[in-house]
Amino acid sequence: MNPPTLAVWKFASCDGCQLSILDLEDDLFSLASDMKIASFTEMSSAVIEGPYDVSLIEGSITTKADAERILAVRAASKRLVTIGACATAGGIQALRNYADVGEYTSAVYAHPDYIDTLTTSRPISALVPVDFELHGCPINRYQLVEVITAQLSGRRPVIAGYSVCEECKSRGNLCVLVAHGTPCLGPVTRAGCGALCPAVNRGCYGCFGPSDSANTQSISRRLVALGASERLISRLFRTFNAAAPEFEQESVRHGA
Amino acid sequence: MAPDLPIQDRQLDMHGISRVEGEGSLHVRIRDGALENVELEIFEPPRFFEALLRGRGFEEPPDITARICGICPVAYQMTACAAIEDCCATEIPESISRLRRLLYCGEWIQSHALHVYLLHAPDFFSCADAVELAMVDRGAVERGLRLKKVGNLLMETVGGRAIHPVNVRTGGFYRAPELGSIRALADPLRAALNDALETVTWVASFDFPDVEGEYRFVSLVHPDHYPIESGRIASSDGLDLSPAEFADLVVEEHVARSTALQARISGRDTYLTGPLARYALNQERLTPRAKEAAATAGLGERCTNPFRSIVVRAVELVFACEEALRLAEGYVEPEPPSVVVEPKPGTGSGATEAPRGLLLQRYEIDEQGTILSARIMPPTSQNQLTIESDLRRVIEDGIALDDAALTARCELAIRNHDPCISCAAHFLDVEIERS
Repeated sequence: MNPPTLAVWKFASCDGCQLSILDLEDDLFSLASDMKIASFTEMSSAVIEGPYDVSLIEGSITTKADAERILAVRAASKRLVTIGACATAGGIQALRNYADVGEYTSAVYAHPDYIDTLTTSRPISALVPVDFELHGCPINRYQLVEVITAQLSGRRPVIAGYSVCEECKSRGNLCVLVAHGTPCLGPVTRAGCGALCPAVNRGCYGCFGPSDSANTQSISRRLVALGASERLISRLFRTFNAAAPEFEQESVRHGA
Repeated sequence: MAPDLPIQDRQLDMHGISRVEGEGSLHVRIRDGALENVELEIFEPPRFFEALLRGRGFEEPPDITARICGICPVAYQMTACAAIEDCCATEIPESISRLRRLLYCGEWIQSHALHVYLLHAPDFFSCADAVELAMVDRGAVERGLRLKKVGNLLMETVGGRAIHPVNVRTGGFYRAPELGSIRALADPLRAALNDALETVTWVASFDFPDVEGEYRFVSLVHPDHYPIESGRIASSDGLDLSPAEFADLVVEEHVARSTALQARISGRDTYLTGPLARYALNQERLTPRAKEAAATAGLGERCTNPFRSIVVRAVELVFACEEALRLAEGYVEPEPPSVVVEPKPGTGSGATEAPRGLLLQRYEIDEQGTILSARIMPPTSQNQLTIESDLRRVIEDGIALDDAALTARCELAIRNHDPCISCAAHFLDVEIERS
């Protein structure tokens, strides 16, 4: 039997989530022997035609050409998994969704007419059906191995939807919000990073996006009580997962 | 009988150039057997970092600009810190600077090992990728992955995470790594130093095309050490400038069909940053084992064969391992881990050496610390015009090659400079047209 095929596709992104695949280091060869890496431009110049058993998508949709390309990728893929904050929520480049893209273009480029861009940065799910979304900016590479393994065996990946607080407690971190009054998005942010920020005495900045049933209004009230300004709260929700609905609504509530 | 090759008039189109970070293409047009046009097209979608940074807080650029590039986030973070601290006239204690340099060494090791072994070396064995290369020389690829892993370990230990580290802030770090965790890096770094020395021997044995480029090299220089996180900006034709002065001198042009801006030094035309430039302007300040490895590999005082950039990169791997080992062994926890950065209205510039070349950032902030304007000059947009002129030379020298061989040569010539198109999107497909 032929090994299943894996394809990796890049849209608007920083390449960091793809790099997570190469960062598997010890497991890279076993991945390459269990699966045929059929298309992965960052790693290989060899390309095998689809269809592909699993496609991993990095990046968001910000151009007309990419909005068409994702349709072709979906059509060529049996299972389609988005990896990272750009592909699942639009990424940091979704800050354009709340600004004037024409003005953004003029601010960066001398000839805005040379630039072909859409007015919004959209997640992949806004354009095509997605089989699984893996969150994180960047993703956790061990979660990626679980997702690929699960896709190949036809089961649901075991990826927690609870918040960073759970990981933080099990790691034995001191709560930076309670103990130091440091603004922290841990209570509303999806676990997966291992509560890295509180471990370095820093508040979580939400790079894994909203957790399941995130109570963003409750954490905002707490932040207000700690003296956070409306502007700070809106900015906290408006970073790498700015266009994730729960975070977007909360940033709008606070005036951004 | 060999078939007639339509070599007089042809067009080569390379779409979606592989083993580079990001997306771009190259179009080459050959008419009457002579090269007519070379166009490097960068179709990486624009992400508008310079625009979206406006209105953000002056403490936010390290986290936000890290997302420009997943391969060299530390470069973006360190440069952002340098620019903001320049603006706010913040003095950074030596213990914090040394910890920053240690973190940055981790990124050099990770990024150079990635480029040497996974992206560049397969070309020299006519392999499509490192998995194919491993069938030819598994030991080599395993060595590369070990090196890369030590780079990541260093970034995780100091930065909390290898991709988009969380422990970096303006003024220093959120938390100083414990002495024991840094001292524990010494053994893996010693092993990595051996792997790096073997890397130099391995790449020095490759068969390089005989090409010499004429380059205006630009890099940071520092009186005390090989440059990474600080220094003045020097060129092979005598410039000696602060980052702010250099940023003023560089003109960025926007050309059609490219989302990258192309940089020139006003009145002096194109230049090259990166390992070849750093080595030419700083090789006497390499660490002892790195200097010895460069001499054994026959690099001399400068290397102008772009294909041998892989040897310079390997020498820099030795340097980064040696330097990281020195810093880890001499580590003292900075106390406090960061100094307070008070907003001060004005403009600040920072420059550091990303693994692939000089990176500059400049910010203007107001009295509350709100960012009014931002300028980011990634290495690849500075190198883009020089990469095009390299390609012109490679195509002229190889014009008799068939399309497949010429395309392969062009791709290698591009990879020589480790372009990061995600960063530059403000970059590759190769198209060769003979008509």
